[in-house]
Amino acid sequence: MLSKKSILDADSLSLEDIKLILSNADSFLEISRRDVKKVPTLRGKTVINMFFEPSTRTRTSFEIAAKRLSADIINFSPLTSSLKKGESIIDTLKTILSMKVDLIVIRHSDSGTVKMVDRFVDIPVINAGDGKYQHPTQALLDLYTIKKRFGKFEGLKVDIVGDFLDSRVARSDMNLFEKMGMDVTIVSPTMFLPEDFSGMKVKHCIDDVIEDADIVYMLRMQFERQDRKFYPSVMEYNRFLTMNMDRLGKMKPGSIVMHPGPVNRGIEITDEVMDTSGELAEKIVIEEQVTFGVAVRMAILYLILG
Amino acid sequence: MIEKAHILNEDDIDRVIRRISHEILERNKGPESLVFIGIQKRGVPLADRIAKNIEKFEGTEIKAGKLDITFYRDDIGQNIKPNARITDISFDIEGKNVILVDDVLYTGRTVRAALDAIIDFGRPKSIQLVVLIDRGHRELPIRADYVGKNLPTSLNESVEVKLKETDGLDSVMVVEKG
Repeated sequence: MLSKKSILDADSLSLEDIKLILSNADSFLEISRRDVKKVPTLRGKTVINMFFEPSTRTRTSFEIAAKRLSADIINFSPLTSSLKKGESIIDTLKTILSMKVDLIVIRHSDSGTVKMVDRFVDIPVINAGDGKYQHPTQALLDLYTIKKRFGKFEGLKVDIVGDFLDSRVARSDMNLFEKMGMDVTIVSPTMFLPEDFSGMKVKHCIDDVIEDADIVYMLRMQFERQDRKFYPSVMEYNRFLTMNMDRLGKMKPGSIVMHPGPVNRGIEITDEVMDTSGELAEKIVIEEQVTFGVAVRMAILYLILG
Repeated sequence: MIEKAHILNEDDIDRVIRRISHEILERNKGPESLVFIGIQKRGVPLADRIAKNIEKFEGTEIKAGKLDITFYRDDIGQNIKPNARITDISFDIEGKNVILVDDVLYTGRTVRAALDAIIDFGRPKSIQLVVLIDRGHRELPIRADYVGKNLPTSLNESVEVKLKETDGLDSVMVVEKG
């Protein structure tokens, strides 16, 4: 059993919760490899996907996870809903609750909306990303990917590279990575750092960390959230932060490159790295992250609803 | 928990497994169509042992897999959540005689779940059930094809099976629930 009914942020996941989710994910990974990719575990349960912000992998991942467990899942799309007619979120929720839904998966562009929804409803809520605040299931699938590659967490050197300030993934990842005893460094220009970054290990150029890193975690440039200012130029980004073939080649054996997707090609990661099929291709685990995401979300749905 | 009776020791279990291995071979007229699936967790080493025996008797390789029935349970949401174990059936069961193995047959609900799970992997020619102990009290119309020992029990007793692979020793005991 998880310690809380909802998963709202990484901070409130206990060490036991994390271990339980990761250990169950193995069993769910096996189901996705079967010919018949379905078990009857959550038959009769109804899950609603409420995505107030665009998403490919997270929404699809939750949908596939629920379906492989035989739950019914409804995709609520705000653009074609009565929200368009001016209905408030709370009234929309009341309508949905009246239809006896068992769990809400929600993404919203405003930090904190998910917590507000959780306070309002009795059923479990899973945060699928809210504004710049948190994306806990992404962090859990990142942990699982690391567990599958390294078999341990303690002492692994991980560098989180890019727009730290605007990234909910970075915030959730950093919390869980440190909880598991990993050694986290943020690689970011000052403009992408919070005003007070004391207590954080910070570097400004990827070349400072590349040779020692076990994991290089590339953050997506959050163009949609950069309302204040923009990074000066792609050229400058490339010079300090981009993963290119040269840098990939300098990484030590067994080390990996992660990215939550979708990748801005040519910014966080070059085309050559994304499309490489050589020996170094094994270091790029972006597709593994997506595969493992389904297993981790199945484990979460099972542990909450089963 | 009060220990009431010691039912089988290491040698007894060994003899039972050997006898069942021969019975399986006899009934299926040889090893060709056989695959073994052990139910997590103590059915797994039992299935392995029978498969090893048959390999020894017949000099041919026998496939054995493991099955976790957690996702097929009929009491999900009623009980405390069981931690899921690994399922590993990395061979084709289509048209095979599947020998399903568990340690204790009781209500029959575990076997019901296992049957559903196996069908998701394909359509076997038959599914036959091996249990080390049949303790009665069935709640579903299910019976075993090969039984190590029939052991009439009361509902306030439980049967405790220990195996070397999972518990460090081989024994079967009846204990009174405390």
